[in-house]
Amino acid sequence: MSEPVALKLTAKDFKSDQEVRWCPGCGDYAILAAIQQFMPELNIPRERTVFVSGIGCSSRFPYYMNTYGMHSIHGRAPAIATGLSVSRPDLSVWVVTGDGDALSIGGNHLIHALRRNVNLKILLFNNRIYGLTKGQYSPTSEVGKITKSTPVGSADAPFNPLSLALGAEASFVGRTIDSDRKHLQSVLRAAAEHEGSAFVEIYQNCNIFNDGAFDQLKDPSTRDDYLIRLEHGQPITFGADGRFCVVHPPGGFGLEVRETSSVRPEEIVVHDATVADPAYAFALSRLPGLDLRNTPIGVFRSVDRPSYDSVVQSQLAAARAEVSETPEQQLAGLLGSGDTWTIV
Amino acid sequence: MTKQIRQLDRVVIRFAGDSGDGMQLTGDRFTSETAQLGNDISTLPNFPAEIRAPAGTLPGVSSFQVHFADYDILTPGDAPNVLVAMNPAALKANLADLPRGADIIVNTDEFTKRNLAKVGYQTSPLDDDSLAGYVVHPVALTSMTVGALAAHQVSKKDAERSKNMFALGLLSWMYSRPYESTLRFLERKFAARPELVAANVAAFKAGWNFGETTEDFAVRYEVKPARMQPGTYRNITGNAALSLGLVAAGVRSGLPVFLGAYPITPASDILHELSKHKRFGVLTMQAEDEIAAVGAALGASYGGSLGVTTTSGPGVALKSETISLAVALELPLVIVDVQRAGPSTGMPTKTEQADLNMALYGRHGEAPVAVIAPRSPSDCFFAALEAARIALTYRTPVILLSDNYVANGSEPWLLPDVESLPDLRVEFATRPNGDDGTTFLPYLRDPETLARPWAIPGTAGLEHRIGGLEKADKTGDISYDPANHDFMVRTRAARIETIPVPDIEVEDPDGDARVLVLGWGSTYGPIGAACRGLRQRGLSIAQAHLRHLAPMPANLAEVLRSYDRVVIPEMNLGQLAHVIRARYLVDAISYNQVRGLPFTAAELETTLEEVLKNV
Repeated sequence: MSEPVALKLTAKDFKSDQEVRWCPGCGDYAILAAIQQFMPELNIPRERTVFVSGIGCSSRFPYYMNTYGMHSIHGRAPAIATGLSVSRPDLSVWVVTGDGDALSIGGNHLIHALRRNVNLKILLFNNRIYGLTKGQYSPTSEVGKITKSTPVGSADAPFNPLSLALGAEASFVGRTIDSDRKHLQSVLRAAAEHEGSAFVEIYQNCNIFNDGAFDQLKDPSTRDDYLIRLEHGQPITFGADGRFCVVHPPGGFGLEVRETSSVRPEEIVVHDATVADPAYAFALSRLPGLDLRNTPIGVFRSVDRPSYDSVVQSQLAAARAEVSETPEQQLAGLLGSGDTWTIV
Repeated sequence: MTKQIRQLDRVVIRFAGDSGDGMQLTGDRFTSETAQLGNDISTLPNFPAEIRAPAGTLPGVSSFQVHFADYDILTPGDAPNVLVAMNPAALKANLADLPRGADIIVNTDEFTKRNLAKVGYQTSPLDDDSLAGYVVHPVALTSMTVGALAAHQVSKKDAERSKNMFALGLLSWMYSRPYESTLRFLERKFAARPELVAANVAAFKAGWNFGETTEDFAVRYEVKPARMQPGTYRNITGNAALSLGLVAAGVRSGLPVFLGAYPITPASDILHELSKHKRFGVLTMQAEDEIAAVGAALGASYGGSLGVTTTSGPGVALKSETISLAVALELPLVIVDVQRAGPSTGMPTKTEQADLNMALYGRHGEAPVAVIAPRSPSDCFFAALEAARIALTYRTPVILLSDNYVANGSEPWLLPDVESLPDLRVEFATRPNGDDGTTFLPYLRDPETLARPWAIPGTAGLEHRIGGLEKADKTGDISYDPANHDFMVRTRAARIETIPVPDIEVEDPDGDARVLVLGWGSTYGPIGAACRGLRQRGLSIAQAHLRHLAPMPANLAEVLRSYDRVVIPEMNLGQLAHVIRARYLVDAISYNQVRGLPFTAAELETTLEEVLKNV
């Protein structure tokens, strides 16, 4: 590969000519703007970038990106993107999905893309509600959620998207928030640099059907005490003046939050996204309470594992390396293989 | 002793035994030996869905029928002349198919009280006169095999398992088959265990020598080679031919083939076969489900591969939403449906043609696709190429309707010259196509094919977005305009309707037939054999067979109107007949069977004769 040429792209280059049709005030606008601003950094030509989405509000995303894009069918984006990515390793393939699309109708494709480690960047816009179908509860809605389809409250427990992705042994898992552009871009940057599946949950506000779902994480009066900003190699502390921290209590399975003043400094967990065992990142994903207290954001896990694409392509390359004939000669040989007989 | 040698023009042999007795392999080897000799052949494997049903029971019986002749034949034969029955269950399950006078070779070692009771025999049929109408050859197959292998270093179990080779040796002797290919096969199959090569070869030879020496087999038969077109042949099953056709489509188009598939009977063999051809750039992916399989194939097509998915009826049902997306996206996609008896799980190892309605209509919205069906095992090769041609040229999903009968049946295949195969090269879009010279219009059509440009990711300047939402003509932008939707729906229908397909050919050697028998797919052989039978008896009948079911050949209306009656035999309840009646207002006679088995030529001949009488 030759030295990459600086493409000098700008955010404007990534804006398509289509009118953006999300509801005014939707968190999707902020995410779109952040991504359009961020894409030039990757220095990947627009024509080699593809956004594939499913169905839902977030899945309109590809129409607004001036790259290649496909708005596909409900839940199937990871499957379609897998076929594209594995057959075209030269492309940068992104999947945009929502909580219903990825975790309800498309749950199977999501976990299999992650376990295969397909080279996809999967952005899950989680607003904890069905927006496009006008307000039913979603697989990430809290228990007891009162919606049009659950007038006395939903009865089923939600998925924790990161726990699910980690259960599928995703090689890259992160979380960020629509309103924090700088943080969002830092997580996307790390995802883009990752070889293999990168799964990023983006908390996104639906101001029509589930307004304020993440307010505690955004309100300046609460956010510092609620959010845990993960930094690789740094002790995990948060809150004003770092008054809280995360420890691994002896004898326990998971991680817990303590007052920093109550523990010895060496007891504070130093964040390491490269821990091979997904149990560590899983424990991080279990920290938030029902009220969103102790919500970690950032890169939970980033480990090296061969991507499905690279393994498949190397098998193909190995098979083709042995070939010296033209395809037509090869084909004639294949057709005439096995037990043949000739009639004159 | 000197054996009498008798010449025959055709023979039908059925090997039947327990699922674990190796009958498919035995039949396969006998077929290969027969092919080497130059007979024309047609085979019909028939096995249960259970991998190992309880031993010795009727549901566990597996059989393989081979028909060979010194002339060209069209079917695996209606009734066996010879039945090899490895146990009482195999005898009981197959006896009703045998004509009086047929030879039955039975493995007497398995006719124990316990095995007889398992299938409801009160007394052994070998001891009473229930088999009086047949020529029964009692052979202690198991014990003679074990005896022949006494000096070999194999376990008793392995020795007993070689009894199918003893049976093959005996039949090979009986019909004077060349056996070198079987010996080579055994060396390949057991390459890692030389003691098993030796044991199986010894069992084969013991069977051969038994035929030569025992007085029970007084006659040896010969079937002379058939007069066939010069060239090189191989025996091939439909699934193998279809796989090679897809490889060939990749070579002839210059595109990588991408197969997304989920394991399902009877289509899995295509996945197995294609996974071996990576050196052709064939990429196979065993997906997490049927939906992902077609989704990945469509994603690969979007990226410039020939996307293919292979499945059976239940899988097509799951894929239907994605096929509709492919209709909207107007991308190439080949969907192979190896039909089996349904609905639901139905009878997964038995054949049927009941997915025609689903192929033609089984999608939401107005979602037309092209549909084609192969007529025989070797035709699957050419049908796969034709499916790829239509998909690539017209940027459309194509459903290829194979079925279990052609998929697992086999026949000799005259190998085609690679250079004679259709040229499937396509051109990707490389530059803007708008009048201003800078705009790219992803839904601007080629006026001749109505295909839109195939602009694959990676092409600078042609960045565009496609999706399932209705698109405006030319620009491909999202559109809710009523007139545009009406136009796009009609255009998608016209895209399929105007694909040029070859005229249907009518076979009417007498030239004065008043009745036409119209078929599609795997019924070609039985219908053809029935027509021949009628003609040999001086009756005139015309035969035409549909390969393209959507769109249909342009001359079909005229052909249908040229006959007083049209008969349509199908292995469903009249799905093609409904289409013909609706489209062409022809009062076709629908003749149907859904028994999981192909028609026999004899029953079709009787049915058609009735029609002829009443014209």
